[in-house]
Amino acid sequence: MVRFAGVGLRYAEPPGRPPGAGQAALQDLTFTLPSGSFHWLLGESGAGKSSLLRLMQLAQRPTSGVVEVLGADLSRTRRRALPALRRRIGVVWQDFRLLPHLSVRDNVALPLRIAGRPEAGLLADVAEMLRWAGLDARADSLPAALSGGEQQRAALARAVVMRPALLLADEPTGNLDAAQARRILALLQEMHRLGTTVVVATHADALVRAFPAPALRLQGGRLMSHG
Amino acid sequence: MAEPRLRRPRGRDPLGLRRALSGRLLPGLVAAMALLAALAIAGARGAAGLTARWEGGAAAAMTVQLPPAAAADGRLSRALEALTELPEVAAARAMDQARLAALLRPWLGESPAFPLPVVIELRLAALPEDPAWLTSRIAAAVPGASVEAHGVWVARLLALARSLEAVALAALLLVAGIAVAVVAVAVRAGIAARRDAIALLHDLGATDADIAGRFAARAAWLVGVGGLLGTLLAVPVLAGFANLAAPLLGSSPGAGLAPPWQQAWQPWARLPWPELAALPLLAAALGWATAQATVRRWLRRLP
Repeated sequence: MVRFAGVGLRYAEPPGRPPGAGQAALQDLTFTLPSGSFHWLLGESGAGKSSLLRLMQLAQRPTSGVVEVLGADLSRTRRRALPALRRRIGVVWQDFRLLPHLSVRDNVALPLRIAGRPEAGLLADVAEMLRWAGLDARADSLPAALSGGEQQRAALARAVVMRPALLLADEPTGNLDAAQARRILALLQEMHRLGTTVVVATHADALVRAFPAPALRLQGGRLMSHG
Repeated sequence: MAEPRLRRPRGRDPLGLRRALSGRLLPGLVAAMALLAALAIAGARGAAGLTARWEGGAAAAMTVQLPPAAAADGRLSRALEALTELPEVAAARAMDQARLAALLRPWLGESPAFPLPVVIELRLAALPEDPAWLTSRIAAAVPGASVEAHGVWVARLLALARSLEAVALAALLLVAGIAVAVVAVAVRAGIAARRDAIALLHDLGATDADIAGRFAARAAWLVGVGGLLGTLLAVPVLAGFANLAAPLLGSSPGAGLAPPWQQAWQPWARLPWPELAALPLLAAALGWATAQATVRRWLRRLP
């Protein structure tokens, strides 16, 4: 499902700096996440969790090594083949990334519209997702009118509306109180029980203790432990 | 439950391009350029019409007339020989008597009461700086001949008309180039305003064609509307110009005797309607292609 072999990621050097001066975000990462697994991605801020997730969501190509996601080797896959792969990956970002001018319903429907689903059959799926996330009463609201927890659940509904094979969440509970965080985690675990491979980046130890699962632990861009 | 009327259109505009690509500025600018383009098209058409009209007159840059007996007594062949030897003359050819009679028929009738002169048409190697000097040189080469140089002036007018046509086409290209630049700048501003939304769509699996297509559809609509407005503004202006230029372009036979409504229609009938009708469509196509190229180029920076 997800395989990293000797993966390194170095961001481009700032303008005016010599080649190679760019920051090394990840170094020599090697691990495999089986299909249908649930993994925590742990580490302090700046450890490289977001960079690792960006590689998994095909938003970044590695500087070195092999990244294989959903059977596709990222370094060999042509750029025009990536959108179809991205549609099989759901992502929940810490800052939600909901489009402010669209209602909650239209935000959740966005991946289906991008995939070219006909409007006629689309709204029923969206309504089901909104019910699942407990947002059916807020379907016509704009994101600005929602609480932080509601926005995160809307982002989660958008991430799973395409029934992704891989679900990635970057600090999904970072801005939420404990009750809202537990609710989000319950939804993520429900997706895992339905067969989706789930990776959740967090530095909330209490949450990890409440929902025990295998973990990848990063420090300074290196993998310190796996399991 | 009934759905709010405004929700669906918003959902189909996830990039918010109705606000990012303003519906006021771009059509206004394009309308001004479409007006200029319409003027340039009409100018090119008018100059082409003048060219066609004057080309016949300039076919013989000069004519040489000899007495009617010249054909019989050998003066014609000697004159042709002398004229051909002149370096300024590219070709000298005696006009067919039947053609000459046909040209004079409106004035002299079917059977002229007197013999017609012999006319030699001259094609010149180049337009002379001083037609009077060349006239006297030809007259000296062919004694007893009468030389007419009006065609030189017509040829000069023809060169002027051709230059005007070329300038009008160059102006058209310039306007098209400026239109492309304006659309590209507007689209780049739209990209800058919707950078986060574009990145989100890209991360959710939108293709370059999908994102560029949304920009291109919006740009084509705005530019097409602007093109239509500019063309509509241009029509009365062009009709006014056509009215002013009517004496230069010539009237159709019997136009002066036509009923007033037909005379009023004449300037409108001279307008280049097919080109004007195509202008908004061409503008929309230009806007679409420019937006596609601009957005796709920007998207190449994303993985």
